[in-house]
Amino acid sequence: MISLASRDILHGWGKFVFTGIGLGLLIGVTLVMAGVYRGMVDDGKALLDNSGADLWVVQRDTLGPYAESSSVHDDTYRGLLGLRGVERAANITYLTMQVRKGTQDVRAMVVGITAGQPGQVPGWPPYLVAGRQITRGHYEAVADIATGFRIGDRLSIRRNQYTVVGLTRRMVSSSGDPMVFIPLKDAQEAQFLKDNDAIWQSRRRTEANPALNRPGVPGLLDAVLASQSTNPYVNAVLVTLEPGYAPDEVADSIRRWQRLTVYTRAQMEDILVGKLIATSARQIGMFLVILAVVSAAIVAFIIYTLTMDKIREIAVLKLIGTRNRTIAGMILQQAVALGLIGFVVGKIAATFSAPFFPKYVLLVPADTIAGFAAVMIICVLASLVSIRLALRVDPAEAIGG
Amino acid sequence: MSIHAGRGIRIEGLVKRYGHGDTAVDALKGVNMHVAPGEVVGLIGPSGSGKSTLLKCLGAVIDPTAGRMTLGDESIFDNGWKVRDLRALRRDKIGFVFQAPYLIPFLNVTDNVALLPMLAGIPNAAARAQALALLTALDIQHRAEAMPSQLSGGEQQRVAIARGLVNRPPVILADEPTAPLDSARAMAVVRILNDMASQFQTAIIVVTHDEKIIPTFKRIYHIRDGVTHEEAGEGRSLSA
Ligand SMILES: Nc1ncnc2c1ncn2[C@@H]1O[C@H](COP(=O)(O)OP(=O)(O)O)[C@@H](O)[C@H]1O
Ligand SMILES: [Mg+2]
Repeated sequence: MISLASRDILHGWGKFVFTGIGLGLLIGVTLVMAGVYRGMVDDGKALLDNSGADLWVVQRDTLGPYAESSSVHDDTYRGLLGLRGVERAANITYLTMQVRKGTQDVRAMVVGITAGQPGQVPGWPPYLVAGRQITRGHYEAVADIATGFRIGDRLSIRRNQYTVVGLTRRMVSSSGDPMVFIPLKDAQEAQFLKDNDAIWQSRRRTEANPALNRPGVPGLLDAVLASQSTNPYVNAVLVTLEPGYAPDEVADSIRRWQRLTVYTRAQMEDILVGKLIATSARQIGMFLVILAVVSAAIVAFIIYTLTMDKIREIAVLKLIGTRNRTIAGMILQQAVALGLIGFVVGKIAATFSAPFFPKYVLLVPADTIAGFAAVMIICVLASLVSIRLALRVDPAEAIGG
Repeated sequence: MSIHAGRGIRIEGLVKRYGHGDTAVDALKGVNMHVAPGEVVGLIGPSGSGKSTLLKCLGAVIDPTAGRMTLGDESIFDNGWKVRDLRALRRDKIGFVFQAPYLIPFLNVTDNVALLPMLAGIPNAAARAQALALLTALDIQHRAEAMPSQLSGGEQQRVAIARGLVNRPPVILADEPTAPLDSARAMAVVRILNDMASQFQTAIIVVTHDEKIIPTFKRIYHIRDGVTHEEAGEGRSLSA
């Protein structure tokens, strides 16, 4: 027996291939959407991995520092160092902002890292692709290569200028913005710093306040002004553990003694994936559903048209004794063939276009397999309407009136 | 003819009623007909007289309401009782030739004809050989590889006839097979049907309006208001 489906496809291959390519681009978009989600999860994990921390100590009852804002005093880390199991504790700040270089600016996450020996302080970039780590206490920066900055570039962050001394790769925030590392003190200032006019205004207000400007208490005004122009807060303290200590136990003791909120790596991942990108994930999920419905509609429509065009032939085939099964098989095979063409085109399109997307697109084999299964199921379901139509064709129609 | 009297196709008192109650239409009101193996008969009647209905009953695509039909020695319908596998009956016992050729557009000429034996389970090579032999008999073997759309109307009709004949069915039902053809082509088709009838001992029923070919039948059934009348035809010679 010859394959009726493949003969029909070869006979009308133009229509078939063009529909297949159209469907393929749709499937490509679907795969990229799934890749965007995977990329977001992977960005989140990279963020946690690259921080080098075992525990995140944040402001009490917040989901900080990535999902909510968090503020802890910058001397908190000293108290943590004394606890059993804590190897290192380092302050860190995060501030997402536009970093300027000359006339252009780049959206980046500015990370303030504690001075110290490279590789020993959590929060430092674990490795560089070029240049060196920050060695001076001020005005040096390490930037991710995705910012487009190069070594030697001068950046402006608020009112200060920084020189790029090192470059990293895939150091990104959970929303995919590249990171720029600067010394902690500078970062604290950047978070807090106001323009000259605002400083002057606030100084004048303080001076005009009789409670703070007491002629009888010399030095009070100066102390108040000094406290107003420094920022003693950081967003979190990153903690590494001594070998052999369970993260949960150390986290418990920090919670008990320091009255702070502490997250382990696993909890942090839950927050990033389950809360921070959950809305985006649902958004992408909605798009995937819509794309699946549109793909199904396209396959159903084209297979239906192809079947409608063949009603007479189907009646003749039935009249001369073709089994219903053979006719249903023909339609089903055409739908599946369309799905196969579409999937191959889609996979190729997704693979080649992924690097050009501004956000990280991670195509994982599991999604490819799931996508393939979904395409096949959609094609089979989409062909059912046409199969039903074909099976209801009366062989008597071939004889006519 | 008498030696085949018990064979060929025979119908007795065939009734076909469409619909029920007040709206019921009796398209056939007790038709009697017998076509012997090797015989070609004409079926003639005005529009609405029941020709298509009769052909559909004979072709086992609709069920008669009452009466009897036998094919060879086999009863295929008997007052409500019918053969179980009508599909296989159509495939193996009945050849169809239509007014329009209705070839399968995505199969070439050979495979259009070979499809029937293939459907009956004959291996592709053997089925194609069978098809080619018949295409040769119909003098169209030179178009064996062509697609239907590349053939003229007359060539398509010959391929359709080959398809109707390929399983060597004991009965062929032809519905206005010459309607789209010019006079010479029409006569050629009638000649082919007659040749095939005598060569393979096929009983052939030709429904037609075609004044050109009516004189060629030796026997004609006139149908009017669902009743047939048998009549001798001119049986004019077919030699070109
Ligand atoms: N499916 C049907 N349902 C109801 N009436 C039908 C149907 N098919 C045919 N008829 C009626 O049966 C009669 C015979 O029709 P038909 O067999 O098509 O005649 P012919 O082919 O000779 O023109 C007509 O009156 C027609 O209206
Ligand atoms: Mg008719």
